[in-house]
Amino acid sequence: MPEQFINGFLGGVLIGLAAVILFLTDGRIMGVSGIVSRLCQGTIIDWAWRLAFVAGLMVSARVFHYYGFRIDYPQASLGVLIVAGLCVGMGTALANGCTSGHGICGLARFSKRSLVAVISFMLAGMVTMLLMRLGGWQ
Amino acid sequence: MNILWAFIAGLIMGMGLIIADMVNPLRVQGFLDIFGLFDPSLVFTMAGALMTTMVGYYFIRKYVKKPLCEVSFDNPSNTVIDKKLIGGSILFGIGWALAGFCPAPALVGVGFFAQQAMVVVMAMLLGMWFIKKIN
Repeated sequence: MPEQFINGFLGGVLIGLAAVILFLTDGRIMGVSGIVSRLCQGTIIDWAWRLAFVAGLMVSARVFHYYGFRIDYPQASLGVLIVAGLCVGMGTALANGCTSGHGICGLARFSKRSLVAVISFMLAGMVTMLLMRLGGWQ
Repeated sequence: MNILWAFIAGLIMGMGLIIADMVNPLRVQGFLDIFGLFDPSLVFTMAGALMTTMVGYYFIRKYVKKPLCEVSFDNPSNTVIDKKLIGGSILFGIGWALAGFCPAPALVGVGFFAQQAMVVVMAMLLGMWFIKKIN
């Protein structure tokens, strides 16, 4: 079994663990698009935990960076990055969820809504990838 | 305490994303490249995450009456499957494939001080704000 499959699985277990911890301690669904979109919503009691969660995501990168881990981000045109970001932002706001919210938490709760969401974004992603390839993407 | 646990959850999720290499746009795009050079690594990530969360949620639902640091559990009850859900998911999927970023990996990328991630996050926040505005 290729090492990357094992790393992938272990990484997934950690993601699941994070979701379970957040639910057990704070009673919250770990839907990152929702957490981000509500960062400034309500009183400090409402958004403080969200800010802390986002801080945790960013600090994890610093921890790995400290131990020498680096990511080689691929070249991408500014225009594509902006369009991609806009699509992700608008799409997740409309659908009220993303890969973590619908894909992990929603499916784990056997939500039909999330199943439809996951099928939709997976298919859309795969077709977009196909079109990108046909359009000469490497 | 609830804030500390939220931070810990974010930290662990970030670690999981990094170990699974889901913070790497090429890994994501390889996974979505199902009609081309398909990279199934993230299928194992989904499997690991789903298994863990399903088991965790099941036992919490069954044996835990109240979250440790909060008053009650989130219990999303919206079951409506409509154009917003499907259209929004499709739009998200397109954006996901275009740059290989979804919200959490993009935030981790900001943690790595990666310019691409910063651009995506800013555009993502703008997109979210826009939808909230018109609703």
